[in-house]
Formats: sequence, structure tokens, C-alpha cells
Amino acid sequence: MTFLTYLIKGISLGSIYAIIALGYTMVYGIAKMLNFAHGDVIMVGAYICFYAMMSFGLPPVVAVILAMIVCTVLGVVIERLAYKPLRAAPSLAVLITAIGVSYFLQNAAQLLWTTNPKVFTSVVGDGSVKFFGGQLSISYVTIVTIAACLIIMVALVWFTSKTKMGKAMRACSEDKGAAQLMGINVNTTISVTFAIGAALAAIAGVLLCSAYPTLMPTTGSMPGIKAFTAAVFGGIGSIPGALVGGILLGIIEIFANAYISTELSNAIVFAVLIIVLIVRPAGLLGKQTNEKV
Amino acid sequence: MKKFLSIALALVLIVGCFAACGTKTEPAATDTGADTGAATTTAAIKIGGTGPLTGGAAIYGNAAKNGAELAVEEINALGGLQFELKYEDDAHDAEKAVNAYNALKDWGMQVSLGSVTSKPCEATSAETFADRIFAITPSASSTSVTDGKDNMFQMCFADPNQGSASAQYIFDKKMGTKVAVIYKNDDVYSMGIYNTFEAKATELGLEIVSATTFTEDSQNDFSVQLTEAKNAGADLIFLPIYYTPASLILKQAKDMGYAPKFFGVDGMDGILSLENFDTSLAEGVMLLTPFNADSTDAKTASFVSKFQEKYGEIPNQFAADAYDCVYAIYQACNNAGVTADMSASDICAKMIEQFTTMSFDGLTGTGMTWDATGAVSKTPKGMVIKDGAYVGLD
Amino acid sequence: MNRISKTTRSNSLTYAGVIAAFIILQIMTGTGSISSSLKGQLVPICAYVVMAISLNLTVGISGELSLGHAGFMSVGAFSGVVAAMSLQQAIPLAPLRLAVSMVVAGIFAGFAGVLVGIPVLRLKGDYLAIVTLAFGEIIKSIVNNLYVGVDGGGLHFAMLKNANSLGLEEGGKVIINGPMGISGITKISTFTAGFVLILFTLFIVFNLVKSRTGRAIMAIRDNRIAAESVGIGVTKYKLIAFVTSAVLAGMAGALFAMNYSTIVASKFDFNTSILILVFVVLGGLGNMWGSIIAATVLTILPEALRSFSDYRMLVYSIVLIIVMLATNNPLIKNFLGDIRNRLFKPKRNKKLEGGGTNE
Repeated sequence: MTFLTYLIKGISLGSIYAIIALGYTMVYGIAKMLNFAHGDVIMVGAYICFYAMMSFGLPPVVAVILAMIVCTVLGVVIERLAYKPLRAAPSLAVLITAIGVSYFLQNAAQLLWTTNPKVFTSVVGDGSVKFFGGQLSISYVTIVTIAACLIIMVALVWFTSKTKMGKAMRACSEDKGAAQLMGINVNTTISVTFAIGAALAAIAGVLLCSAYPTLMPTTGSMPGIKAFTAAVFGGIGSIPGALVGGILLGIIEIFANAYISTELSNAIVFAVLIIVLIVRPAGLLGKQTNEKV
Repeated sequence: MKKFLSIALALVLIVGCFAACGTKTEPAATDTGADTGAATTTAAIKIGGTGPLTGGAAIYGNAAKNGAELAVEEINALGGLQFELKYEDDAHDAEKAVNAYNALKDWGMQVSLGSVTSKPCEATSAETFADRIFAITPSASSTSVTDGKDNMFQMCFADPNQGSASAQYIFDKKMGTKVAVIYKNDDVYSMGIYNTFEAKATELGLEIVSATTFTEDSQNDFSVQLTEAKNAGADLIFLPIYYTPASLILKQAKDMGYAPKFFGVDGMDGILSLENFDTSLAEGVMLLTPFNADSTDAKTASFVSKFQEKYGEIPNQFAADAYDCVYAIYQACNNAGVTADMSASDICAKMIEQFTTMSFDGLTGTGMTWDATGAVSKTPKGMVIKDGAYVGLD
Repeated sequence: MNRISKTTRSNSLTYAGVIAAFIILQIMTGTGSISSSLKGQLVPICAYVVMAISLNLTVGISGELSLGHAGFMSVGAFSGVVAAMSLQQAIPLAPLRLAVSMVVAGIFAGFAGVLVGIPVLRLKGDYLAIVTLAFGEIIKSIVNNLYVGVDGGGLHFAMLKNANSLGLEEGGKVIINGPMGISGITKISTFTAGFVLILFTLFIVFNLVKSRTGRAIMAIRDNRIAAESVGIGVTKYKLIAFVTSAVLAGMAGALFAMNYSTIVASKFDFNTSILILVFVVLGGLGNMWGSIIAATVLTILPEALRSFSDYRMLVYSIVLIIVMLATNNPLIKNFLGDIRNRLFKPKRNKKLEGGGTNE
């Protein structure tokens, strides 16, 4: 039973990683950049939701939607101001700018909301469902997290394969020049990708803080790095890859904690990543490209 | 391209230099008078401290800074000896703490409040020792802070004291027979307390059935640690950690339906003032702490109300310790007749003499004394949380 | 022929610049006209400069993005301090002890470089980056759980327990105390030592780049397949660059660690790796002089911004973003290109343009 509890914990933690990883993976797929500020957008989303619920007394659903809107706007603004001017620049320059944006968001959050940790009220309420006569209890947050992750995944797969905008995204990630020649507005497409990534970050932030209710300006950074790892794990650029990578990472983390060593759990997570990448150099579900001569 | 970069960087450097010049001229104008309105004709003794004002540990640094600021304001309003306080950010990092310390030295610091957290304070204490500047840290509790430094004092308990005192307390009061410990593996404070707790518990025959850890990078999920404690049949969990992760542990234990007794140390203080925290989760949590914001004695009540008025929050033990530090320095300065025109090393000699002989009454204890190693002697109070407030345990 | 003399000239200018900066700073220190704040940063600046140059060897010359460079610094810092502390009696002369411990640090970091390099260098691009990040985190975790002590019987090691499990004899001393790191380090690093290390690093890197090996490394960076087809062993040359870089980082780590009385493993985390990468990118890939300037300026900048108090790091991040945007803005680039045209012979312009756009 303990095993099952850990497994569910791992899947739930992994679902949060997966939702964050989606943001990384979509942006990477289309803009070929590692958006290190993504983790901090999560934190902003959680703060917006927190204040919407606490200070304005909005119902959780409205608060979450508000957080999504704010993050979407933030994501697009960041893209326009900081990343768009660098579209032709070397990818390392964009990476450093993204790090600058990440520092900026963390420090701005600290000035706006102070460094005192806030205790986040779960948007789905406390409580749990009990199985096997109470031996196994699954909290509402866990259920909602896993469900949200699956819904988002299905919606995104549908969006990228069926809608016009989704097809435009795939075209851009394949070849920007050719996409432009086909009449796709590459800039708009990239902005939309950032918007979707940021909206997902808001959801991830709310779910993360509902499950682990400490909210600080640095809340997003570690989950951000872990989710980035998860995105690479699954094959960066691949949407199902983010799901698989995220959930596996969550399970490995909890199991390493439980059965090997709490001190070394991080090292074990990263060691597994290294092994996977050595065996499959483009991640689990990534496209294995052949070198062009 | 290369040329351009050099130009751009040179520009940045020039801007930086201007900013640096700004530092040197500004404090004299802003720091002394503006806040307190006290007469600036008398020169003030310059007190400096470093602490994490940004980053993950910023809450502790800002609390200490605010506490010290409040004390300085009160003292300056009295009109006698005048103090001037400056806190610099060290982001909880030894390297930046030394930088911050050097910036304070440039400013003309005469007495130091060390650093707020242990590792940075270890680094700055080596500097204050070499420079002969007297230092008393509000909260850096590791023993290596004071080791071998005659001019470094602590206002808080040293870690080993807390660990063994907690084990003794749990044993004496027969609070639990099977103890589990969850501690933070990459934190000096937590490790320090755990090591002495373990040693003392073994000595007393207190059974530790489970000892699990977490790290800075994994302080979200405690299901594994709690399950292990539960399966080992622990009836008391000792938490030598700060209150932020502790609040998560309490919540996750409740979600699991696991209700052992919880026993904390001074880092647990502050859990009740955590914004939006459901205090019912902390019901029955015990802790050893020298400071209690709900205490009814006049000194504490006045401190708490002034602090709340000024900063809009309830002070924690970091604020109280820093407040005490400033008052202890004030008392020592008055006793020894220290004036603002003395050099830092002269003040240092006089302060060492005072601190090793005087007795000080503050918020965090009465009749506090210091031995030559710099460790403070005060008695921790056992507290228990009842109906969302601390109540004395004895 | 012309090209070679050009690099030689720029290299000797770099040496001259470093030596001039050292002399000026020494005179300023001697006359007491330097602030404590700057004086206290001299050694860390030297360490960061060496880190930046060594990372530039990996990222700029060899073309592999590494996000775990601080890991090698960590290995060097801890092995160096352990060496220095256990040799306290054997080598009483501080500068010699520092030199010996730096060599030890370099050897250990180089060894770590081989261990990490062999699996890592099979990968490409961002995957390589993430694996170096992973190794950096693994090194951090391992050092965090490592206990080392010394007594009459030599060095004792333990993992994951605590210092008591080392089984030290009476009078033994714990050196690395797990997450509490090392306490009570004797500060033997000096600015002069840092200066010598910078010169040494430049010497190694410049000679490596100029050598046949260096040309092979750059050939692999520019076109791996073409390089392979002319018989260059890709893994071997990449590994040479990577390990050299690790050795230098280790030595910088030792220099850095022995400037403070205490050091912890968590200091050398992802953020430190990123910080060094920022130096390299800002200074220009493959441009050692740029790395030196960028490392110096960006180390001083947060200190110089102290007057902004609470807004300090916010200003720092804005400066970082603006500098990145400005250096990559085509308008500003063209504008500066024009200035350059007027200042220098128009003949050189073509070559520079060609060199500038291949990134």
C-alpha cells in the first residue's frame, strides 16, 4: 500500500512537472530557445491567484482564470520586449537574456510581495478520497492535478494537429523560412506559443502551490529546473514527451526518496537523465535526427 | 563586435563607478537624521550588519534588519548615545557576505552585528577578527562562528545547546518514547542541532526510530519522510528546521491522517505569523524558543506593537535577537563610556571586557551572560501552541 | 601569415593588459587609495576570470555549451582545501602550499572532467548542456554528503553518515563536514597568486588554441563532419578541450576557496555555472580578453550597485537584459560598424564583417 501511495504521489508531482515542461517544450520547439524565465512565470501565476483569492475574495475558478490572463499578458510582453529583438541573434544571447528576465521577475516579485512566505489556500479545497478502508487516501489536489494534466495534454495534441494555428506552429518549428513563404505569420505564431506556455505556467503554479502550499519569490525556480529536465528527458520539442518525461521524473524522484536515499534523490534523478540521454541522445520521444552532410 | 563590447562594458563600468560614488556620499545625508528626527549634531556610533535581504533566506535577514532598526530608533530617541545602523545584503552566501562586510568597512563601521545566517557569519567573523571589530550576531548559531575568535559573540543559542536541551527536555518530560527526526541535510543550523540531539538522545537512551532528511532542492514533498516515521511507529517528531518547511510537514501529516506530537526549536517560531497559515495545523506543536511574541511582559508587548505598527507584521525571534543585540551593545557602550570618535579596535577591546562581565536583560531572556568563547547563556522556554497562540509549557 | 601575427599581437595585448591592471592595482593597494570593498574582491575576481577563460575554452573554442562548470570549481575547491589543510605541517610556506594544493585541485578536477566528458561529449547541443547541468548537480549532491577527516593515520572518508562515522583518532580533525562544508580555512590566497593563475591560464589556453590540437578542436566546432572526414578524432580533441577547461576551473576553485574561511558545496550550484556562462557570452565567445573584462565588470557591478539597496538586483537584471539586447541590436551594430569604418582602414572592415556574422 505504501508503494501505491508513493506511486500516486509521484504521478501527481510528475503531472505538475509535465505541465511546466509543456511550456518549455513548446517554446523550444518553435523558437529553439531555452526559456529560463518560465519557472518564474509560474511563481507570478501563483501570486496572482493567491491575491485574487485572499485580497479580493474571488472564487477559486475566477482567480485561476485571472492568473492565466495575467500570465498570458506577461508572457507575451516578455517575448515582445526581451526575446523578439533577438530573433536573429545567436541562441546563447537569448539564453542569457532569459536568465536576465528570470532574475528580473524574482526580484520584482520580492519588491512587490516581500520575501515572507505565504501559505497558499488550495483551490480545490482540502480533503481526500479514501480507498481500501482508509489505507490509501488520495487528496482532491492530487486528483485534480492528474486530471488537469491529462486534459491539457489531450487539448494540446488536438490543438497542434487540428487547428490552423496549431498547424502553423508545427510548420514554424519545422522550418520558419518555408512557413513564412506559405503565408504564416511567424511572429504571431511565436507570440501565441509564448501565450499558451505562460497560461499553462499559471495553471502549473496554482496546482503546485495547492499541493505544496508555500509561496515565495523563489518558489518557481527549482520546479522550473526539474521540469526543464523533464522536457529534455522526454525529448524536448515533443508534447507527449513532456508528459512522459514529467511523470517519469516525478515517480523517480519520489521513489529515489523512498527507497534509496533522501540525501541523494536529486543526484539520482539527474543520473537517470544522463543514462537515458546516453542511450537515446534525443530523449525518450524526441525526434532522432540524422546529421545532414 | 569585440570593440563594441569593450565599449559597452566600459560604459557599464562607468555607470557602476558613479553608483559607487553615490554610496560614499549618500549615507551621511539619509541614514542619520531622516528616520529618527534625532539631532544629528552628536556623532553616532556606526553599527553595521550583513544578512540575506534578497533570495530564499531573505525573510530572516529582513526580520533581523527591522528588529535592529527599531532598536536604533528607540535608542536615538532617548537622546544619549547615538547609533547609526546600516544593513547590507549578503544573499545568504559567504562570498557576498565578505563583500558586504567590506562595503560596511568602507562606510566606517565601528561595531558589527555579524551576519544573520551561520555560513556567511563564519566568513565575516574571520574578517572582523582580523580587523579587530567587535561583533555580535543575532542569529548565526553554528559554533564555528565563534570558534577561536575572542571578539565574536552570539545572541542566540549555539546549535549544540539547542540539540541537547531538546533531547533532555523530551526525555525529562517523557513526551515520547519513539522519536522520529526530519532535518534539513544541507543546512548548517539543522545538521548542527540534529547531530547533538542524536548524541544526547543516545546518551539518555531516548529511542530515535527514524531519521530522515530533505534538502533545499527537495523541500516540497515530505510524504516519504512522514510515511517512514509513521511506519516506524514514532509518537513524536522532532523538527530542527525553520518554520516554512515545518508548515508543509504539518499539513502533509494531517492529510495523511498521522498525528504524532511535534517538537521544534527556535527556527519554528514564526509559524503562527505565516501569512494565511491555518493555525489549527500547529495545534499542540511544542518548541523550545527564547522568544515569544505573545508574551505579556511589558517589554515584549511594546516591542511587538511598535514592530507591527512600523512593518505591518508580527516579529519573529530573528527580529527579537537583533533588537536585543543593539540594546546589549548600547548597554556595553554606556558602561564602558564608548564614544563615537573612538576607533573600532579601541571599542572592540572595551566591548569584549564588558560582554564577558556584564549581565543583560532583553526580550529573549533575562540575566543573559556571555563566556569568553562568545556563547550566550540563557534558558530556553518550552512553549506549546494552543488555540493559535504560544503558551508556556511548564 | 598576416593572420597569425594578428592573433599573436592580440594575445600579447591581453597579457599586457592583465599585467598593467595588476601593477596599477598593486600601486593603488600600496598607497592605500583602494576601497576595502574592491580590495576584498580582487581574489574572487581573479578566480572568476580564470573560470570565465576556462569556460570560454569549452563554449567558445570547442563549441560545447556547458551548464555545469561550477561543478569542477567545486571539485577543485574541496580537494584543494583538503590538500592545503593536510599539508599544513609538511609545507609551512603558504605560497608553496597554495601552489601545491592548486595542482592537486587541478588533478582532481581534471579527473572529474574525464569522467564527465566521456559520456557527455557523445551528445550534442542542448542535450549536452542539460547533461552538464545534471553532472553539476550530481557533484553538488555528492560533495554535500561527503565527510573527510585527517588524523595521524592519514585521510579518512565517509559518505552519507556524519562526521562521527569517520572513526578519527584522538586529535584528528574533520575537514569536510558534509553539508556544513569546510570551516576554519586558513586564508592563503592572495591577489598575486590570482594574478599568476590568470597568466598561467592565458598561457595554457592561448598555446592550446594556437597549436595543432587547437586547430583541430576549432575545426570540429566549425564542421564536425568535415573534420572527421580528414581524420581528426572528434572525441579525443573535444575531450582535450573539456578536460583542460576542467583542470583550470579546479585551480580557480582552490584559489576561490582559500580566500574565505569557510566554503560549502551549495555555493557551486547551477546559478554559479550560469553566472560564469554570462561572463563568457557577454565577453564574446572565443574572446579571452572579453571574458576577462566581463568577469571583472559583472563581479564588481552588484557591489557597485549597493546604493540602490533593495533595487540592487533588479537593476542588475535590467542592465543584463539591456546589454544583451544592445549588443545584438542590428542598428547599434551598424552604427558602431560605421564608426569603426571611419576609425580604421576600410580594407579591414570586410574581414571583420565576415568574422562577426558567422555566429
